[in-house]
Amino acid sequence: MDLNELTIEDAHAKLLQGELSAVALTQAVLDRIETLEHRIAAYITLDAEGALEQAAAADRRITEGDVTPLTGIPMGIKDVICTRGLRTTCGSRLLENFIPPYNAAVMDKLKAAGAVILGKLNMDEFAMGSSTENSAYKITRNPWNLDHIPGGSSGGSAAAVAAGMCLGALGSDTGGSIRQPAAHCGVVGLKPTYGRVSRYGLVAFASSLDQIGPMGKSVRDCALIMNAISGHDERDSTSVPEPVPDYSRLSNGTFKGLRVGLPREYHEAEGLHSDVRHAMANAIETVKSLGAETVDVSLPHTEYAVAAYYIIAPCEASSNLARYDGVRYGVRSKDHTDMLDMFRQTRTAGFGAEVQRRIILGTYALSAGYYDAYYGKASQVRSLFIQDFRQVFEKCDVLLGPVAPTPAFRIGEKTDDPLTMYMSDVFTLSANLAGIPGISVPCGLSSDGLPIGLQLMGPHFSEERLLQAAHDFEQHTDFHNQTPAL
Amino acid sequence: MKITREEVRHVARLARLDLDDDTLDTMAGQLAGILEYMETLNRVDTAGVAPTAHAVPLTTPLRDDQRRPHLDREAALANAPERDEESFLVPRVIG
Repeated sequence: MDLNELTIEDAHAKLLQGELSAVALTQAVLDRIETLEHRIAAYITLDAEGALEQAAAADRRITEGDVTPLTGIPMGIKDVICTRGLRTTCGSRLLENFIPPYNAAVMDKLKAAGAVILGKLNMDEFAMGSSTENSAYKITRNPWNLDHIPGGSSGGSAAAVAAGMCLGALGSDTGGSIRQPAAHCGVVGLKPTYGRVSRYGLVAFASSLDQIGPMGKSVRDCALIMNAISGHDERDSTSVPEPVPDYSRLSNGTFKGLRVGLPREYHEAEGLHSDVRHAMANAIETVKSLGAETVDVSLPHTEYAVAAYYIIAPCEASSNLARYDGVRYGVRSKDHTDMLDMFRQTRTAGFGAEVQRRIILGTYALSAGYYDAYYGKASQVRSLFIQDFRQVFEKCDVLLGPVAPTPAFRIGEKTDDPLTMYMSDVFTLSANLAGIPGISVPCGLSSDGLPIGLQLMGPHFSEERLLQAAHDFEQHTDFHNQTPAL
Repeated sequence: MKITREEVRHVARLARLDLDDDTLDTMAGQLAGILEYMETLNRVDTAGVAPTAHAVPLTTPLRDDQRRPHLDREAALANAPERDEESFLVPRVIG
């Protein structure tokens, strides 16, 4: 096995036993990146020198016995998370030259754990998109088929994990941006409960929906990352003081007696690709064979998820992105006449089309005369989503369903009509609106050899249950051992 | 529903975006389509339903108003497109 193929768990064991050094492991992953980057295009900024220095420091820590499961583990970070001294672009030209003067909370935690940071991963600009085609820098390709999207907006993260270009990654999820690319690239991705992981240093897209989460080759790897990044943070007022359990305490037998809800609006959806339908049927058989009791349930407001989300998120985004004015950071326009002109030129030149579209949509929906009709109404519908989930979790312990209606589509296939792209998020949006956690775990390949993801969702702060169930599913199937032929 | 070029221009002005006529027209068309789709929300009976701004129940955490470690000035100015020793420089606003 090549070193870049190791899971975090196996790499950690080898590092502890002295079979492997962090420097050798990091060098192996850097070599892998050098071989593949021109084909996959996952990294916006690579910090090979910094990574090797961190690896050497990790080796010293390991000799001293000062080890955590992530010490010496080479990881990639979605470029929406602030890394002190390392350029952070959010996939935008506007932040092409931005070097954060501070670390995000999760970066301080990863540093304390001794993780090795390889670089910053490609994404849809300001996290707005489902395909990573909206990056101002490059289009990341799906390692399973280079003509297809890796998903988005954490496409770089998902592709890098799938291709062995990092052992694990951080992504962010506002409407599905961890779970969907994880599903499309055949890796595991978890969106934690809102407030589980600090958003301090996460460049804000929609403040009531955003969460940072792990992406990895296995459920256990994601659990190890969750242990490191979770926890209350004073600097994020929306961070919840809920204690962090040991998420890596995973065993088999979770599905025995577990009530697994099957939302009919997800399983009987019209646009569900036959391969996804097939994979869902197989997954249901698998969990039943493991002792699960399946329950037909309903999430009646599912048909309104896209409309509610695509009002709320752009509204919040239009407010959050107002800070990009060229005053304190970012690429400022050159030939402006006055301050207002500076704002206009900086923003117009710096933001891509999708970002501009969402800012306009959000500004319109919040403008005088429209606030109640759009944002107000969507916020009320949001309460009904929360109610739907509360009611459904009285009848079941987890929900099981697809992540995306189809396997990864071809690059360029959906870029003409924004609404078509938005509709493909229908199964992931509700979790963000309700603040509940969701995990995507590989559950099969399409007839074209593209990965399909299984989604499990649970009540607030049920990450343990989700990880345990996903682990149980993973260990009884072989999908996690399949890797793209590169 | 129809969104006019002028309506988009007005909104763009609010958002400090300077869009040319072609872009305004394209966006007007896309916006109209998206907003028409949003009309489906009117089918939902939300009488008496309180809006949600935060999905996970929280109360605003307060702390004593005491000075704490902060970003030093050089770090804060490090990314400034234009600066002097102590501030960000911008085009004249007053006068």
